[in-house]
Amino acid sequence: MDNTQSFRFFNRGPSPLVRLVFFAVLSLLLLFVDARYRYLESTRSAMSILVSPIQRLAALPGALWQLAGDFYITQGRQHSLIAENDELHQQHQLDAAQLLQLQTMQAENQQLRNLMALPLSNELTAQLVEIAYAERDVFKRRVLVNKGENGNVRVGQVVMDDIGIVGQVTRVYPWLSEVTLITEKDHAVPAQVLRNGLRTIVFGAGDTSQLSLRYMPVSADIQIDDMLVTSGIDGIYPPGIPVAKVVAIERDPAYPFARVTCLPVAGVDRHRHLLVLSEMAKLPERPLERPVSVDADKRAKTRRKN
Amino acid sequence: MSAHAQRNIHVRPEIQRPVSNTFILVSVLAALFLNGLPWEGIWLMLRPDFVALVLLYWCMHKPWRLGIGLSWAVGIFADVADASLFGQHALAYTVLAFGGVVLNHRLQMFDLRQQTIQVFGILALTYAVYALVHWQVNGYVVWLYFLGCLTSTLLWTPLCIMFQAMRQMRVDRE
Repeated sequence: MDNTQSFRFFNRGPSPLVRLVFFAVLSLLLLFVDARYRYLESTRSAMSILVSPIQRLAALPGALWQLAGDFYITQGRQHSLIAENDELHQQHQLDAAQLLQLQTMQAENQQLRNLMALPLSNELTAQLVEIAYAERDVFKRRVLVNKGENGNVRVGQVVMDDIGIVGQVTRVYPWLSEVTLITEKDHAVPAQVLRNGLRTIVFGAGDTSQLSLRYMPVSADIQIDDMLVTSGIDGIYPPGIPVAKVVAIERDPAYPFARVTCLPVAGVDRHRHLLVLSEMAKLPERPLERPVSVDADKRAKTRRKN
Repeated sequence: MSAHAQRNIHVRPEIQRPVSNTFILVSVLAALFLNGLPWEGIWLMLRPDFVALVLLYWCMHKPWRLGIGLSWAVGIFADVADASLFGQHALAYTVLAFGGVVLNHRLQMFDLRQQTIQVFGILALTYAVYALVHWQVNGYVVWLYFLGCLTSTLLWTPLCIMFQAMRQMRVDRE
C-alpha cells in the first residue's frame, strides 16, 4: 500500500484531508449564509438555467406516460368520455345559474358596502399553472410549477386548486416557481372556524399529509367535521377560502392545549393544475411596539402593585 | 459476467486502465438525470442516490481526475436541482469523495463483495451528513430517508461491473 504513495512523481497539490477540510468548511459557510441570510437566491436562479435542461429531460418520461394515458382514454373508452362530457355540461348549466345569483349578490354587497362607507374588498384574479416537477427531497413538501418571473409570479402569492388552499409561492426562478404546500412542517395559515368564527392558525405536520391546530385551549368550541376557512388576517391569504376539515380532537386535561388534527380540503398531493392568486392589496404597516411602552407598562404594573 | 469482470480487476490494475473525460462527464450527467426522474412517495424513499454512487466510483478509481473538489461542485449543482440549501449536498458529497479517495489506496486489496461493505459505510455517512444538516436547520428527521442508503449499496456491484465492462470495451477497441 505504501508503494503506491512512492509512485507519485508529480506534486498533486494538497492532500485529501486538507481538501476535505477546505471544502467542508466552504460548504458549511454556504449553508450558514443560505439558511440564515438568503443572499444566494440570484446565484441559484442563474445556476438553475444550467440545470433545467436535465430537469426537463427527466420530466419527459413521466409526461410521455401521461400522454399515453390520455391517448388511451380518448381512443379506448369513448363512452365514458361522452358521459363525462354530458355530466360537465349539466354541471356547467347549474354553475352558470349560481354565477348569475353571485353577480347580483356581489353588486348588492358592493352597494351595501358603499352605504356603510367600508373599503371595497378587492377582487382576485387567478393564473392557471401546471406542476412541472414534484419535490425530490424526502424532507420537503414542495412542488415546482411552470410559471416564474416570465408569468409575473411573485414570492408570497397564494396557490389554490378548485376546492381550497394548496400552498404559497416561496421562490421564483426565471421560468419556474417553487410552491410550498400547506402540509410542509411549520407552514402556518391564519384560519377561522366557519361554524362560529373562532380564529386559529393551521400548521403543517411535515411528515404526513395532515395539519394541526396548535394552542387551542381544551375548552375551545371546536368539533369534528368543522370546516376551517382562511380568515384574511395578516393580508396574505384572501378571506373565506376553505383550508382544512377537523378529523380528530384529543382533549387531555393534563395538557393546557387540545390536540386537533385536520386534513386539507384541497387535493394538496393530487392535481396537476393549480391557480396562483394575484396579490392582495397591501394592508397598512403594523405599528412598531416601542420599548418606551414597555417601560410605561412596567410603571403601570408597579403602580398597580403599590 | 461478474467472475470475468472480477478476474479483470486482478489481471489489470485499475489505475492503468484509461478513461476519457467524456465518459466521466456523461456518467455524472446521466446520474443527475436518473436522480431527477419523477420519483414519488415510497419510491422517493427507496430511490438510490445515483449521483453519489457515480461520484464514489470515480473517486475510488480515478481520484486525480474526479476528486473532492469536483465532487463538491457536482454537489452544488445537485443542491440547485433539488432546491435544497446551498452546500447541503455539497458537504455530503465532499465527505463521500474523501471516503472514496481513502478507499482508493485499499482498492487492490479487496474484491467487490468486501468493497460493498465499505461502500455501505461511506454511503451511510453521506446520508447521515445530509440528514444532520437538515435536522440542524429544520429540527426534524424523516427516518425512512435512510432506506435510500440500502438501495444505493445494493446497486454498487451492478454499477461497478457495468462501468468495468464499458471501460474494457473501450480498451479492446483501441
